[in-house]
Amino acid sequence: MEWETVIGLEVHAQLATRSKIFSGAATVYGAEPNTQACAVDLGLPGVLPVLNQEAVRMAVIFGMAIEAHIAPYSVFARKNYFYPDLPKGYQISQMDHPIVGVGHLDIEIDGLIKRIGVTRAHLEEDAGKSLHEDFHGLTGIDLNRAGTPLLEIVSEPDMRTAKEAVAYMRKLHELVRYLGICDGNMQEGSFRCDANVSVRPKGQVEFGTRAEIKNINSFKFVEKAINHEVERQIALIESGGKIVQETRLYDSVKDETRSMRSKEEANDYRYFPDPDLLPVIIDEAFKAQIKAELPELPEAKKLRFKAEYHLDEESIAILTVTRPLADYFEAVYKKSGCEAKLCANWITGDLSAALNKAGLEINASPINAERLSGLLARISDNTISGKIAKQVFELLWQSTANADDIIAEQGLTQISDTGAIETIIDKIIADNPSQVEQYRSGKDKMFAFFVGQVMKAMQGKANPAEVNKMLKEKLNS
Amino acid sequence: MHTKTLAELSLGLQAKTYSSVELTQFFLNRIDQHQQLNSYITVTPELALAQAKAADQRIANGMSDLLTGIPIAQKDIFCTQGVITTCGSKMLANFNAPYSATVVDKFNQAGAVMLGKLNMDEFAMGSSNETSYFGSVKNPWNINTVPGGSSGGSAAAVSARLAVCATGTDTGGSIRQPAALCGITGLKPTYGRVSRYGMIAYASSLDQGGPMTRSAEDAAIMLQTMAGFDEKDSTSVDIPVPDYRIGLNKSLVGLKIGLPKEFFGEGLDENVAATLASAIAEYRKLGAEIIDISMPNLKLAIPAYYVIAPAECSANLSRFDGVRYGYRCESPVDLTDLYTRSRGEGFGKEVKRRILMGTYALSTGYYDAYYLKAQKIRRLISEDFKAALATVDVIMGPVTPSTAFGIGEKMDDPIAMYLSDIYTIAINLAGVPAMSIPAGFVAGMPVGLQLIGDYFSEDRLLNIAHQYQQVTDWHNFIPTGFE
Repeated sequence: MEWETVIGLEVHAQLATRSKIFSGAATVYGAEPNTQACAVDLGLPGVLPVLNQEAVRMAVIFGMAIEAHIAPYSVFARKNYFYPDLPKGYQISQMDHPIVGVGHLDIEIDGLIKRIGVTRAHLEEDAGKSLHEDFHGLTGIDLNRAGTPLLEIVSEPDMRTAKEAVAYMRKLHELVRYLGICDGNMQEGSFRCDANVSVRPKGQVEFGTRAEIKNINSFKFVEKAINHEVERQIALIESGGKIVQETRLYDSVKDETRSMRSKEEANDYRYFPDPDLLPVIIDEAFKAQIKAELPELPEAKKLRFKAEYHLDEESIAILTVTRPLADYFEAVYKKSGCEAKLCANWITGDLSAALNKAGLEINASPINAERLSGLLARISDNTISGKIAKQVFELLWQSTANADDIIAEQGLTQISDTGAIETIIDKIIADNPSQVEQYRSGKDKMFAFFVGQVMKAMQGKANPAEVNKMLKEKLNS
Repeated sequence: MHTKTLAELSLGLQAKTYSSVELTQFFLNRIDQHQQLNSYITVTPELALAQAKAADQRIANGMSDLLTGIPIAQKDIFCTQGVITTCGSKMLANFNAPYSATVVDKFNQAGAVMLGKLNMDEFAMGSSNETSYFGSVKNPWNINTVPGGSSGGSAAAVSARLAVCATGTDTGGSIRQPAALCGITGLKPTYGRVSRYGMIAYASSLDQGGPMTRSAEDAAIMLQTMAGFDEKDSTSVDIPVPDYRIGLNKSLVGLKIGLPKEFFGEGLDENVAATLASAIAEYRKLGAEIIDISMPNLKLAIPAYYVIAPAECSANLSRFDGVRYGYRCESPVDLTDLYTRSRGEGFGKEVKRRILMGTYALSTGYYDAYYLKAQKIRRLISEDFKAALATVDVIMGPVTPSTAFGIGEKMDDPIAMYLSDIYTIAINLAGVPAMSIPAGFVAGMPVGLQLIGDYFSEDRLLNIAHQYQQVTDWHNFIPTGFE
């Protein structure tokens, strides 16, 4: 039988606010356990939550970016369950009245655009962490993460393959980083997802019974976990078994999913509106203000890059992955006055390679846009050749000097002086009569030999275009 | 000195007739002499005397407030940094909060002296102060009867003059009912008028702190310090706090008093009813007009309250899990054991009963029938109050169906106990302010008259109470043995 997979994702994006969603404690990752947890985060008696307006603003920004309905009235609710890293015995979340309603995100699969529905996105607080190592059979609790703001983005069950799920997750990842509302650091758990997966015979309208795979924190694992789960479900059904609604955990080491709890064992969370917090009221003026501040979104930027800079699809895709990279490109383009293609090639080529090797983001690049512009300008005006430029780039990376100083200091200026080049060419033609003979008798490959000899004699500083032109003239005459 | 009101003592301190240290020591001695009432859980003599000394310095420097140097006491539901806050529970018997409640901070800033922490029903759940882990409080008017609850320690202490005044909290009548049973003045402000930060939550949408005093004027002074917006409490309301003393002497001529017929029907002790009738006659003499009104949804208040309050408390009390602070059972074998025994052993019977009721009411399949239905009733009750208060200035009625009942009398019958709050609970559901003022005695036991006003009309209620206290002296009676 032919099977169809149905996938919906719940993505948790940690909002990049400086303080927690309901307290003034900092949200910096990696601090000593329990040093970023105040009385509110610890759930001490008598303390009260106060909503961080910045988290609301970020949720609205997201909602507007996916063209969603922004709820004029949304409500925080308590989700009740006991767990040692949940200090209050309830999580403050949103249930019946989420801040962001129905919206959508377009993904591209094999050149085709597919629209994925977003059911809702709501604000909630993260829990702390239970630490099971280093405590000799006991469990340690770190509440630094408790109260960190999360935006839970719930998709419609619109995806049909693991690839689509990955494309959707990547698209979302790109978007939240563009919007500056999430750092997208998946290793630190800033961006993670749960996947709802079911299968059904192709052509069947009703959905099959779904399993929820919890806490997947990489694109690779999303694909693997879903494919695995699909295989498991199909094998089970085909061998006469039945899928049970349950929560499963993906084990990336063993590359398998295993059951955490069935529907029957599921908690009754007893949601009810949190009486400590007022409903969140969002008016038109606030929405208008956010809309005005909304940055250019990835799709629009891609279209503009194509129209404005005439770059190829691949370069555009790379340059627009993050806003800082796109901004860097535009700064270099403006400052250097060079052709867009030259700028793009250097940024997607040498610079990206060097950054990758050093494990750096564009914002931390040792060569800022101004210094790279200086280099490109000298390539563009023929002061240096592309080959010399690579040397200069190395020196730019290692020092703080700018390209002009490096070129002057190292004497790397390209020789375009035709007189100087001509003298060398004449000497080389005179010194190599047999090679000249070979060339003139039709062995075109010998041309490269002469270019090499000239460049060698001029320490690579000769303008290659000039050398080519003059050599051709002399040899063909 | 104990026969004087806060207002009078404040004048004495300013005039340096006595010092705050003298006054404080005097009250500490009285607390010591009258331990049989069990009104205090913790007495803090050293802290009190240090604060008194600082207050005297402030008075000498001419930097004082009306409350500077006045010995007060805090209900043990308000967190006090450096002093154990138990909330009347074994669960928090050793809990030392690393912060003070906003209300406590405000009294500290005003230079008030804290004598100690007052006994209360466990987590404010009770109407008789018998659910306290630290034992029952006795009513100074008859030590075989209850002082009411949950602010029973506060009411008994103020009534017996073991503090000049005290804080209380009121979720379903917990300030007004004990104030009535102990013959003192108690004010539950509008929900949102006083910050709840640092006040251990029972039912967050109903809880409200307020003053428990000898007189309406004293309540005005205390409320002046307690009231106001607090950025740490999102439900506190950011509207200006009026001067509560300025309007105390306004005439009541033309005042429209509404008497809901639902407040005077079956269940109200006839002697209490007669006492209230005399009090209302007194108001008529002051120029008020009496209007009969009806508030048909009042009868739904108790069932609605006993869904909403337990539902909120079931979540509010989840944090007491034995993990981070508070009571933890001996040698738990696993997580479930840690939870079940810490909570099972740390909470008393009434608290557990309410957690179970609330958990049930919020469960899937019951939520709509209980919680949502109760919220609808709550809105209907609020509408009743709005409609009534659009036609009258103040609603008056009983605070309690009878005078103080005997210790142990209702402990085995929770429904009978819950019915003792029948006249107070609707006010919390609506969120309006209300007061209880001494209105006479039945067989030697105090009777309270309840005054209910519109939202944020505390100044008007205080004026109405004060005018009554100018022509009566019920509030000046002192129980035998405490003169």
